Parts: sequence; C-alpha cells; structure tokens
Amino acid sequence: MSGKPVLHYPNSRGRMESVRWLLAAAGVEFEEKFLEKKEDLQKLQSDGSLLFQQVPMVEIDGMKLVQTRAILNYIAGKYNLYGKDVKERALIDMYVEGMADLYELIMMNVVQPADKKEEHLANALDKATNRYFPVFEKILNHGHDFLVGNKLSRADVSLLETILVVEERKPDALAKFPLLQSFKARISNTPNIKKFLQPGSQRKPPLQEKDIPSLMAIFH
Amino acid sequence: MAEKPKLHYTRGRGKMESIRWLLAAAGVEFEEEFIEKKEDLEKLRNDGSLLFQQVPMVEIDGMKMVQTRAILCYIAGKYNLYGKDLKERAWIDMYVEGTTDLMGMIMALPFQAADVKEKNIALITERATTRYFPVYEKALKDHGQDYLVGNKLSWADIHLLEAILMTEELKSDILSAFPLLQAFKGRMSNVPTIKKFLQPGSQRKPPLDEKSIANVRKIFSF
Repeated sequence: MSGKPVLHYPNSRGRMESVRWLLAAAGVEFEEKFLEKKEDLQKLQSDGSLLFQQVPMVEIDGMKLVQTRAILNYIAGKYNLYGKDVKERALIDMYVEGMADLYELIMMNVVQPADKKEEHLANALDKATNRYFPVFEKILNHGHDFLVGNKLSRADVSLLETILVVEERKPDALAKFPLLQSFKARISNTPNIKKFLQPGSQRKPPLQEKDIPSLMAIFH
Repeated sequence: MAEKPKLHYTRGRGKMESIRWLLAAAGVEFEEEFIEKKEDLEKLRNDGSLLFQQVPMVEIDGMKMVQTRAILCYIAGKYNLYGKDLKERAWIDMYVEGTTDLMGMIMALPFQAADVKEKNIALITERATTRYFPVYEKALKDHGQDYLVGNKLSWADIHLLEAILMTEELKSDILSAFPLLQAFKGRMSNVPTIKKFLQPGSQRKPPLDEKSIANVRKIFSF
C-alpha cells in the first residue's frame, strides 16, 4: 500500500485532467487505474466504490472521493493551494468556476454534431478572448506573479491549464494579452508544473476523433 | 455597518434559488434586485458589476460575487454550515454536487420541447430514485443521526431538502421508498428559519410559468 492517491478514469483528459494538474502542481505523486471497457466501470459500480455510480473517483486518505469539484476542493485545501482566508477563497472560487465554464465549452466541442462543431468552437473561442481572458489580464495588473494573495493557488494552475487548452485550438489566443503571456511562461516554469508539461508525464493528450467510440462504449 | 446581502437575478428560481435557501436557513436577511428585462442585465454588464457578464451576482461583504458555487461556498463558510474540517467539507461537497446534478436536470425542463421534456422527466424520476436518494437514505441509515454530516446542520442538509421538494413537485410520491428521507424532510422543514422560508410571503420563488419562461428567454437571449 503506497499511500499515493489512486485516480479511476479512462485514459483521457475528460473531467479528471484538472485533478491530475492540481496533484502534479502540488508535487503529489499519484497512480492511475484506467477504465478501458464497460466492464471496468460496472465493476466499480457493483463494488460500491462510486457514490453516484460515476467517475472521476479518487482514492485518497481513506476516502473514495467522487464529484470533480469535491475532489479538487479537497486537494487544494490539503496542499495549501486554496488561499489563506475566506475572502481569498472567494476570489479563487470565482476565478476557478469561470475557467471551468470555459474549459467545459472547449471540452464539449469534440462531441458536437458535425454540422454544429465549427460554430460551437467559434463561440467558445470568442468567449475565451472576449469574456474570460480579459478578466484575468486585468487581474494581473496588480503586478504580482500569481492571481490571488501573491502565492501560487489552484486558480493559477487552472488558468494555465485553460490557456493551454484554448491555444491548442487557437495558437494565437493570447496575442492581445501580454500579461497572460508572461503569466503562462512564469507558471509553466515552476518546477512541478514544468515536469508535468514534459513528455512522459501523466498529462493526457487532446481527445482524438478515433478514440471517441471506445470512450462512449464505456459509458453507454 | 452590517448591510444585507443583495441578490441580482430574475424573479424566478434558476441558479439563484439555492442561494436564497442557504441565506434563509442561515437566518440571514437579504434584499433582491430583479432583472425584469434585457436592459436591466445590460446595465449590470455596462456597470462592470458582473465579472463574467453573468448572473447570479450577490453583493456581500464589499464584494460583487458571481458564480453560483463560489457564492454558496462563501455563505456556507461564513455561517458555519460547511463542516468542521477538510474531511467533513469533502463529504458536504460530494453530497451537494449530487443534489446539484439532480436539481440541474429539473431546472432545464421548462426550456425543453414537449417530447424531450417528457423523456427527461422519466429520466429524472429514475435517477432520483435509483442514483441519488438511495445515497442520502443510506447516509442517514448508517449513522442514525439527524443530519447528513458531522451530526450538525450543514449546507448538505439544506440543499437536500431543496432537492426533495423540487423533485416532489414533479412526482409527489417520489419519497415513497425512502422512510428516513421522509423523516428528514419533516425534521428539516421544522427548523425555525427553514419553516419561515417555506411559508407563503417568503422570498422563496415558485416554479416558472409560461409567461416567465418567455421573458427569461428574452432577457438571456436563448
């Protein structure tokens, strides 16, 4: 029994990727048990391991945590990535929830019907450049290295993750945001995150069209 | 100077209702400024009052808070409804996310076409009785206590009561197989602050009617 957290999910980003990012940023080693076929999910369900019959599920500190936000809140709290008081937490929560909305939009693009895909992506990228990124560019005007409390928090990890995901679809997404560009470079160079960004880490690649059928087969 | 929190939203339940419930259960008086037409939303946006151009927005403790979960977490923390430590918080978070998923499905119904709506009502009923309510029934059974977490009223209990009542509006006998949840519902409904909130004339909002649905579509352009 290694005591490392164990992540249960398919071998893809999905809703588990932000958990991988946060653990990696906190410097926490973790193991992964990949769901490859429907039977793997069913086994977890019949074991009673999944509170609401769903993944993500993370075994950590004697608990089988489910619900992405519950998992992220616990990890952030445990590893001091959640601000120093309720007001910092409030800011972090607002920023993280905004980014979760954007991330979800981008993530959902790959499963849109073929005739709606382009329009959906255009809308998501428009939101990124006109609704979300301007907010964080403005916040970084405070001149500190990190979004909240002059200290690395889950908000910074979440922002970097979101920037990279948007850039995969639009490489020049940060063209009008100089402070976000330097933020991206700076946070990418913090040791734990730098390691996570290197090939061979547990970071997962973007979902390919060809992988969608086998993924769907697990859940439907 | 203790100012009352001020809620900015339409006159319906939507994403603001859980916030009304939590404040009411915590015994916190609040004011509401209703968005009645598109111009009201535009004004808030142009004022720079909405971080991501969206509501809910709650003015509280000198902040203009947005994002439903951020607001709920802040209120729960401030009024000691979020457990005593990280592990209790994890349980509360898990339970609340479950009831959020369930209520989210119900909230979407008024905006769906009749055939989609009918299918989803059946799905919601199935999920409520086979996925969600069994979890809370079991939690109460396993520890035998009055509240879901830590033998003390928390956000999880308030949210579950809200979800139960909302689901019962769809199917009045939805709790027939869940005796402990029935007792829980009775008990929670009698908590003085909640009892007050459940009485006519409170700030609790009714389900949307046809006219309001059309207006919401106009305000939010969908």
